[in-house]
Amino acid sequence: MSSWPSAQEAKVLGKRVTRLSGVDKVTGRAKYTYDIRLPGLLYGKILRCPYASAKILSVDTSKAEALPGVRAVVVVDENKTCRFVGDEVAAVAATSTDIAEDAIRLIEVEYDIGNYVVDEQTSMKPGAPKVHEDRENVRPGGVNEQGSIDDAFAEAAVTLEATYSTQVQTHMCLETHGHVVEWDGESMTVWASTQAVFGVRGSLADHFELPADQVRVITEHMGGGFGSKFGPGVEGVLAARLAKEAEAPVKLMLDRKEEFLAVGNRPSAIAEIRAAASKDGRLLAMDMKTYGTGGASGGAGFPLPYVYTVNNRRRQHSDVFINAGNARAMRAPGHPQASFIMESMMDELAYELGMDPLEFRRRNDPNEVRQGQYTVGAREIGWHRRNRNPREMKGTLRRGIGMGCGLWGGGGGKGTQARCTIHSDGTVEVVTGTQDLGTGIRTAIAIVAAEGLGLAPEQIHVRIGDSQPGLPSGGSGGSTTTASVTPVIKTAVDKARVQLLQWVAEEMEVEATALTVGDGKIFLADDLSRNLSWKEATSLLGTDMIVTEGEWDSNLRQSGVAGVQFAEVEVDLQTGQIQPIRIVAVQDCGLVVNRLTAESQVYSGVIQGLSWALLEDRIMDPSTGLMINPDMEYYKVTGSLDMPDIQVIMYDTHRKVTGLGEPPVIPTAGAIANAVFNATGLRFRSIPITPDKVLTAYKEANA
Amino acid sequence: MANQKEERHVISRRGFLKGMGTGAVATAILPELPSQSVEAEETTQEITEATITLHINGKDHKLTVEPRTTLLSALRDRLELTGTKQVCDRGTCGGCTVIVDGRTVYACMTLAIDMEGKNIRTIEGLAAGDELHPVQEAFIEKDALMCGFCTPGFVMSVAALLEGNPDPSLDEVKEGVSGNMCRCGTYPRVFEAALAAAQQMRGA
Ligand code: FES
Ligand code: FES
Repeated sequence: MSSWPSAQEAKVLGKRVTRLSGVDKVTGRAKYTYDIRLPGLLYGKILRCPYASAKILSVDTSKAEALPGVRAVVVVDENKTCRFVGDEVAAVAATSTDIAEDAIRLIEVEYDIGNYVVDEQTSMKPGAPKVHEDRENVRPGGVNEQGSIDDAFAEAAVTLEATYSTQVQTHMCLETHGHVVEWDGESMTVWASTQAVFGVRGSLADHFELPADQVRVITEHMGGGFGSKFGPGVEGVLAARLAKEAEAPVKLMLDRKEEFLAVGNRPSAIAEIRAAASKDGRLLAMDMKTYGTGGASGGAGFPLPYVYTVNNRRRQHSDVFINAGNARAMRAPGHPQASFIMESMMDELAYELGMDPLEFRRRNDPNEVRQGQYTVGAREIGWHRRNRNPREMKGTLRRGIGMGCGLWGGGGGKGTQARCTIHSDGTVEVVTGTQDLGTGIRTAIAIVAAEGLGLAPEQIHVRIGDSQPGLPSGGSGGSTTTASVTPVIKTAVDKARVQLLQWVAEEMEVEATALTVGDGKIFLADDLSRNLSWKEATSLLGTDMIVTEGEWDSNLRQSGVAGVQFAEVEVDLQTGQIQPIRIVAVQDCGLVVNRLTAESQVYSGVIQGLSWALLEDRIMDPSTGLMINPDMEYYKVTGSLDMPDIQVIMYDTHRKVTGLGEPPVIPTAGAIANAVFNATGLRFRSIPITPDKVLTAYKEANA
Repeated sequence: MANQKEERHVISRRGFLKGMGTGAVATAILPELPSQSVEAEETTQEITEATITLHINGKDHKLTVEPRTTLLSALRDRLELTGTKQVCDRGTCGGCTVIVDGRTVYACMTLAIDMEGKNIRTIEGLAAGDELHPVQEAFIEKDALMCGFCTPGFVMSVAALLEGNPDPSLDEVKEGVSGNMCRCGTYPRVFEAALAAAQQMRGA
């Protein structure tokens, strides 16, 4: 069992360290899957079903095959039933993207077009078109009950009945999903834009019935995943099939529209709630009926109640199927939905009680970390400035302040293998099979290694994003990467240091335990003047080198993080525009490995949360079954002009690595919606809060 | 989210594509790829090609393009300058931002044939050898990059902004990068980096 150095001891751990990949990324040298070019490379393109529901009767690829430049055509499944617009039908590889696109249009597919439904409400009605022939559109879960709803309501001072809802959000990774696949006999090399190098290796090996070590997956850099890039997906399998058939490397990157239609989204969430609170500000009861859609697949669950203690509760949740693209995990799956719903409800109850909404939360929140964060956040936003009587505000430009909370697990787990090598020329290599999505794990690994060896992070050669060394690591999801990887790196590096100190001890004729590392030197702890430089020390290895393997050490990590956000907004009641003015994010992530990139993660979460609260929406047309905004012009996402002043406060708690990627996206939408209420007295129970909703609500309130 | 950029080419790409009709079949030419022999696969409908010279990052590059070839495609697919990214391919994200005669341009919405005789700068040409441009330095220093896919576009927009306005306000910086989209949410860091780079460049 080992432990991390204290804040006082740490030289680089927890400091502000710029990214190792920085130079490559700012010069355009960083190679993403999308940038891979190989001799004889073919370009793949997928034919997608243009109907929301259709059974494939026949597929004729002969004309496509005859087109000059076409090298391979494969069909997904001749008998497939397509359940959303964009479902995969066939794929082509050709000598250029243009030819591949032309070939796609030459494939003749006979469809039996079915009826479809693309919204939850219609899908739940009796007689609605069935998304799956063999299943009902609504898949109800069991009823979870605890305590006594009736008793609680009987003693309540205030009650509330409301329906809250959140929309479908898409990941919109800037680098689309895609792969480059090259076969060499029965082995393949795959460049994948993925969050799971070893996950892709396993899936493709399974699919093609190959030993896993005959599939090499490489992800040097990747342009965003947010939960949507764990496996090869249909598109990765198609790329590999095309490459095999064409006997040439194939690059198959989705285009922007495909990205919106077919490779994941955050499911919707709808909650019909009855809630009760006592006069002294206790949340007594919640009676909940919830549902949501993950498209033609399930997966629309979310936690509720959220964060706060509710002793009397009853909930039934149903997944609703519709003819739209399937959900995939998206940054803190379920939690932003839960937080928006819960925080809106808490806010409403507090106002009903005539109680400070922050005080109401304090009384119901069992988490000590958040109790501390409330104080910090409230002070930084100036909580005392909030409006006491939101419904009595005047003027067209109105400002208000709101808040929201979140929790997350993280904590990591077993499953990473890593190797540390010290060469006699002083080079330190650290290798493992994780991947850097933009989170900065590459740099975090270097920091941990540098700390253990008394070097600077840029002196560490970190090799990740490749399955070839055969050192697996899990997919980057659940905010578990840092907590899963860094303990193994630390133990590998610690072992390597111990071995190096042995060599030095012999040379200096002292006990190895009397030696210590730092500033690129090996010192005698009691007499700093007696030292060897790093290079002098490693040169003792001669023709040898030190190679150590890391191991899992559960003592270095812990799960459970808390976050609180406060938002100030200005609402223009003439245009309906909501301008976020300031957001204060107080976030705990356990031990901060790199303060610079940790703060960037929090900015990132806040901005995506803000974007979801005010803008993003997958809009489906019920009459055609089409997504009507599958492009970056009409699928609105926050840009530079929308940016509020964001203050990030890393709230240090304990010194065990926990996790940070997802938690900061959770509280933002609730905080924004509550701020809008505080500004205007208008309660929005459904996001995104777009100008049309604001204007309509304002008009109704003043009718 | 307003797109502040203008395209100034003669034929718009969309108009051109529409004019061609969807049935047209084009010949692809990929001379840089050795094992490729597409010459033998002339297709039914011939499209006139043009040999042009593009002046990119201080060097002349001669290449044969179809009229519909975008500057982005010429850079990425023909000249192996892959730092410039295709993200939306429709002029909405700025991932493909390059600097042409001192102005930022969306390479995805610009036809290669319109670019003859112009001074084109891409992300690959910003650093002077191993010495990074101050904007690049500032992006690293302020951590204005996460996945980094949008980063070349942002760097080019900021570089162009500072050439025209060495002392921008925060609002002017926001305006200057309003044609660039970052999904990871690096905006606050980009603003910091732009202001820091401006200061650095004024001091230098
Ligand atoms: S790729 Fe050119 S603007 Fe998006
Ligand atoms: S850094 Fe990932 S999109 Fe901007």
